[in-house]
Amino acid sequence: MADSVLIMLHRFLYGMAPHGRYMLMKILYGLLGAGLFFIAWVFIGYAIFARPGYEQFSGFLPLPTLKAMAALMVDPHFWQGIHASLRRVVVGITIAFVIGLPMGLMIGFYKKLQIVTHTPIQFLRMISPLSWMPIALLVFHSFEWAIYFLITMATVWPIILNTSHGVSQVNPHWINMARNQGARDYQLLLRIIMPASIPYILASLRLALGVAWIVLVPAEFLGISSGLGYIINDARDTMEYDRLMAIIIAIGVVGFILDGGIEMVQRAFSWNPA
Amino acid sequence: MTIHVENIAKRFPLPGGRALTVIGDISFTMENGDFVAVLGESGCGKSTLLNLVAGLLPLSAGRIEVNGSRIAGPHPSRAMLFQQPSLLPWLNVEENIVFGCKLRGEEEDLATRAAQLIEIMGLSGSEKVKPHELSLGMAQRVCLARALIGHPDILLLDEPFASLDTINRTHLQEELIEFWMVEKFSAILVTHDIDEAILMGTRIVLLGDRPCRIIQTYEVNLNYPRDMSSRSFFLLRAAIIKKLRESFDAGQEKKETP
Repeated sequence: MADSVLIMLHRFLYGMAPHGRYMLMKILYGLLGAGLFFIAWVFIGYAIFARPGYEQFSGFLPLPTLKAMAALMVDPHFWQGIHASLRRVVVGITIAFVIGLPMGLMIGFYKKLQIVTHTPIQFLRMISPLSWMPIALLVFHSFEWAIYFLITMATVWPIILNTSHGVSQVNPHWINMARNQGARDYQLLLRIIMPASIPYILASLRLALGVAWIVLVPAEFLGISSGLGYIINDARDTMEYDRLMAIIIAIGVVGFILDGGIEMVQRAFSWNPA
Repeated sequence: MTIHVENIAKRFPLPGGRALTVIGDISFTMENGDFVAVLGESGCGKSTLLNLVAGLLPLSAGRIEVNGSRIAGPHPSRAMLFQQPSLLPWLNVEENIVFGCKLRGEEEDLATRAAQLIEIMGLSGSEKVKPHELSLGMAQRVCLARALIGHPDILLLDEPFASLDTINRTHLQEELIEFWMVEKFSAILVTHDIDEAILMGTRIVLLGDRPCRIIQTYEVNLNYPRDMSSRSFFLLRAAIIKKLRESFDAGQEKKETP
């Protein structure tokens, strides 16, 4: 029985056009990875939390967590939390992008500026964004703006560094060609350097998104009353461990979707090297 | 269109305050419609000379004048065709060809002119193709079309056919000569290929020595299209090879007896 299923699958796969087959294989192997991961979670979860003495933590087990996830789907607080968290990430990255893109372009274009800014940027980049929290709370009177600030501080460096790297990677032949065709400096920037750097700019955004999503949750622990980080803290205080675990998974899923979305944009806008 | 190159030199700074002199002292004059083939071994400074005439590199000494006025930086009237096709990968064939004209705002009849050149260059049907799908020969045709669409006074050719296979190279050489005979622009072709120099040039300038200088100049009074199997072609070729060998041997002696 199992044999005949495998043979049918094999015939199905190899009867297809190569591209379709490749896509299907990709999906099947992707599902395989997800399935193995799920099984690992079940085993590890039960190995840790099904032992005697851990009865009060049984909420962390897969089954209660799945039930809590179903409950979350119809919980307006959860959707409000996602909305609040996403808004913070979007606002923070937008501010970082508006500052970082022109800075990255300039730093990549002017060698001297790169040398001047090297030390400050490398210094600031190595400071954990969360360590700015006390200062952020003093300077900004609302929690909301303090979090925007933290996310901006976390994401502006990868945007600047990747963009300037992209500019320095622009093929010098293209620049010579454009100068030979009569391009002025601003035309070089707009018609050659910007489009040539788009793949790097999008890669910087993808990096920034990952960093922002990681920084967001601990930032939301710190006194704010909405967002996914807040819900985790709240669930811990009220000992709703199933809900806590469900939110952890939701954070992973939303991050995964965001990353996948920006990857699609990356693919749509990346040119093939000639 | 007269080009006057007068006592030019080019030095590149080296670490430690020293300088590498690539071009020692070169002078020559070109009249309108001349096709000058600059011949020399690889790495002798031919491309540097071309970049100086294009204005992409600053001179260390001397002057270059076009129609009596000194050049300052690059200008689209001196269009350059590079050794490697330098197409912008995010633009298609047609957009690459009109790139320079759009930069300069020369939009008049642009679509018609582009269509004509695409036809002449044998690129019909590939207008919307992106550069990564083109063969090397096709890509270089697109570059040639881009260089020619703005009706340059001088076409600067930096070994543009060196990386092509024989058939593509021969076709492109012939097409370029036909185009030049119609449009009557001036051209400087840098090459290390003796046959190519004799096939295309009205004059051949032989470069050699370190730093590089003009060893010899040959006027080529043969009709186009030139026949590689003709006696005069063969004699000129032999003379150039002899001269190159003499220059090479002299260079070796200079190295051995410092």
